[in-house]
Amino acid sequence: MSLAEVCAALIVAGLTAYAVLAGADFGAGFWDLVAGGPERGARVRGLVQRSMAPVWEANHVWLIFVLVVSWTAFPRAFGSVMSALYVPLFLAGVGIILRGSAYALRGHAVTLGEARVLGATFALSSVLTPFFLGTAIGAVASGRVSVGAGTGTPLAAWMQPTPLIAGVLAVVLAAHLAAVYMAADAKRLGLDDLRDGFRARSLVTGVVAGAVAIGGLVVVHADAPALSAGLTGGAGLLCVIASATAGGAALTLVWAGRFDGARVCAAVAVAAVTVGWSVAQHPALLPGRLTIAQAAAPHATLVALVASIAVGLAVIGPALVALYRMALRGDLGEAYQPLGSERWRRGDTMPGARP
Amino acid sequence: MHATLLAAQELTGALGRPSQHDMLAAREMQAMSFAVHIPLVCFGIAFPAMVLFVEGLWLRTGERTYRDLAQRWSKVMLVLFAVGVVTGTILSFELGLLWPNFMATFGSVFGLAFGIEGFAFFTEAIFIAIYAYGWDRLGRRAHLAVGIPIVLAGILGSLMVISVNGWMNHPTGFAVAGNAVTAVHPWTALFNSHLPYELVHMYLAGYMVAGFLVAAAYALAWLRGNRDRYVRAALVVPLTAAALAAPAQIVVGDWAGRMVAQDQPPKLAAMEAVGHTERGAPLHVGGVWFDGSLHGAVPIPKLLSLLAYRNVQARVVGLDAQPPADRPPVNVVHLSFDAMVGIGTALALLGMGYLLFVARSRRMPRSRWFYRAVVAAGPLSLVALLAGWTTTEVGRQPWIAWQVMRTTDAVTQARGLPEAYALLALTYIGLAVAVGWLLRRLSRPAQEAEAAMRRRAEIAR
Repeated sequence: MSLAEVCAALIVAGLTAYAVLAGADFGAGFWDLVAGGPERGARVRGLVQRSMAPVWEANHVWLIFVLVVSWTAFPRAFGSVMSALYVPLFLAGVGIILRGSAYALRGHAVTLGEARVLGATFALSSVLTPFFLGTAIGAVASGRVSVGAGTGTPLAAWMQPTPLIAGVLAVVLAAHLAAVYMAADAKRLGLDDLRDGFRARSLVTGVVAGAVAIGGLVVVHADAPALSAGLTGGAGLLCVIASATAGGAALTLVWAGRFDGARVCAAVAVAAVTVGWSVAQHPALLPGRLTIAQAAAPHATLVALVASIAVGLAVIGPALVALYRMALRGDLGEAYQPLGSERWRRGDTMPGARP
Repeated sequence: MHATLLAAQELTGALGRPSQHDMLAAREMQAMSFAVHIPLVCFGIAFPAMVLFVEGLWLRTGERTYRDLAQRWSKVMLVLFAVGVVTGTILSFELGLLWPNFMATFGSVFGLAFGIEGFAFFTEAIFIAIYAYGWDRLGRRAHLAVGIPIVLAGILGSLMVISVNGWMNHPTGFAVAGNAVTAVHPWTALFNSHLPYELVHMYLAGYMVAGFLVAAAYALAWLRGNRDRYVRAALVVPLTAAALAAPAQIVVGDWAGRMVAQDQPPKLAAMEAVGHTERGAPLHVGGVWFDGSLHGAVPIPKLLSLLAYRNVQARVVGLDAQPPADRPPVNVVHLSFDAMVGIGTALALLGMGYLLFVARSRRMPRSRWFYRAVVAAGPLSLVALLAGWTTTEVGRQPWIAWQVMRTTDAVTQARGLPEAYALLALTYIGLAVAVGWLLRRLSRPAQEAEAAMRRRAEIAR
């Protein structure tokens, strides 16, 4: 494995971590969006607020990791992607601002009206952001990014079948992951109604995700034959099978109420999608245009980058694990409370700031 | 020690020369995003240390007030970090979206710094979460210890980002062959000669901005008659930090000025609006540049030559030494520079005055004018920060990488930049309104909550 391939693998690993961890935060926003009015949705929103609180920032950093490794190790490909896909990536960027700040501020909302405006902003951008990021990946995977400053129309590279289905799949997978994770959280907190609600949501989105994935394979077969060939043979096929198996296992475990096992299986199913995509287009970085080897930065840069990342992961790895263990055990974060009209009616204005 | 620029040759870049009619929109978008993010960076640099200092006071004295203050500040720190995370992310996006040719050409040279910065970012995100949510859940010393990586990551992260800006001012660590970048030495690029002064300059600025802004909030409370132990601690800690940083900044500013004089004479010429090359050049305060000369400025004879080169007869290169296409815009750079220096000097005087007063009389000043000055110092420090960044960034124009790549060659070919600019501006306005509105609405209950905490603390004593 060359250093360039190591860097490409690091990008895929970062994207996978982002999908599995931050994806669930976006999915939580999806459930916030469809939770209903302030009375009916209060309990769901309370769980969303609590589940994301200690970890969403760390989860988000994986996206930064992907960006910096991309532009350092594969600068020309990075510039080309940014040139061709500026519309979805810019909209994803705006979505990231709105999502993160609306979420952070909602915890301090003083009135129900404020909380609703911020909540709607948070929830809507939580759906749009993964959609646009998904379309960008779909555009790369289906070979629609050419090398250079970008000459196509603004929509040419991504308003296409494979990118659009990839965007939809990103949203559905995020919603599914979030439902499974939050069912586990609700069970741990002893919130039986929410546990059952998210169990049902997990099952429905799991089936929908499976359907979108199968439909996606059909779309890709017609739209991007090279990618399709990669997904239906060799290691790509193994990933597809692994994803389907893990997804099925997740649904079975959810059905049985074994949410901790389901959490792992659902994450594996999503990871197999990102890994499968990268395997299917290997050794291309921009399919049809650039291979990983052709796109790679000079050797000295790759050595320095890989060495830095190795040291960095060794240093932050244990801390990251500790953070997730504490968050999963419930050692961090506020106590659960419903987030809706009830709270404000009591005049309990400032949950985040009280001692 | 001074290395001449490795690449005297200009590059059009790996993606080819772009065609873009709205380059100004791209620059303004980048500047706007930067102006939104950089105050939050100041809090990332300086605020954790202040919070830890107050928590340390609690551990030493057992005084509950300090704990209440540190805990409250940690919540503020968390919200500011969250907004900093997302506004910083859009900056990363914009590097690629607005300047793809710059990234495509030089990403392999300076990208390493951002790679390391990513880990600093991880460290901050992890430990801020544990710190802010971990009150009462960790032992006292363990909780304090969890805060230390936040401070260290703040230093490391700013070092890395500043390294890239230093590199843009003094591109090293590569050679040019034809239109391509070769012989890349990423560590040389990372530890470029403009990193040290820019880092210290920004680090002190972080302490000045965060310190004066936080102090301003509590000076306002003081003026409103709220002068108990809690407000006093919340005022003294950030004010003292800022007061120490402000005079030191004068020394570092001089260092920065001499580095610019040495390596970027056209930038110095724009900062001081020096039209023609001359010996014994005066320092110009204020004035407006038009028709090729500066009007209405107050000259201080020989001072520029003295400051820049430590010699009253030193030769200062004027703007006329550059072809017109290579000159930065004078008014923006000169007036920003003067604003930064003027405010910085006033803040240094305020800081030294405060420190001397406290050292001599062992108590806080009583004059209301002192507290009014502290209230003004908060926003003024922010203005100085932005003016300083405007000076160095606009002063580097027309280059994105000094004398290696023009900003016009770096820009994206994307259409619709003005529309994107408008959308982003609306987003930031919405963000500013939301933050401002909530802070205002929160201020009353917050003060009540703090008053209640203090009452409880009094009873406990």
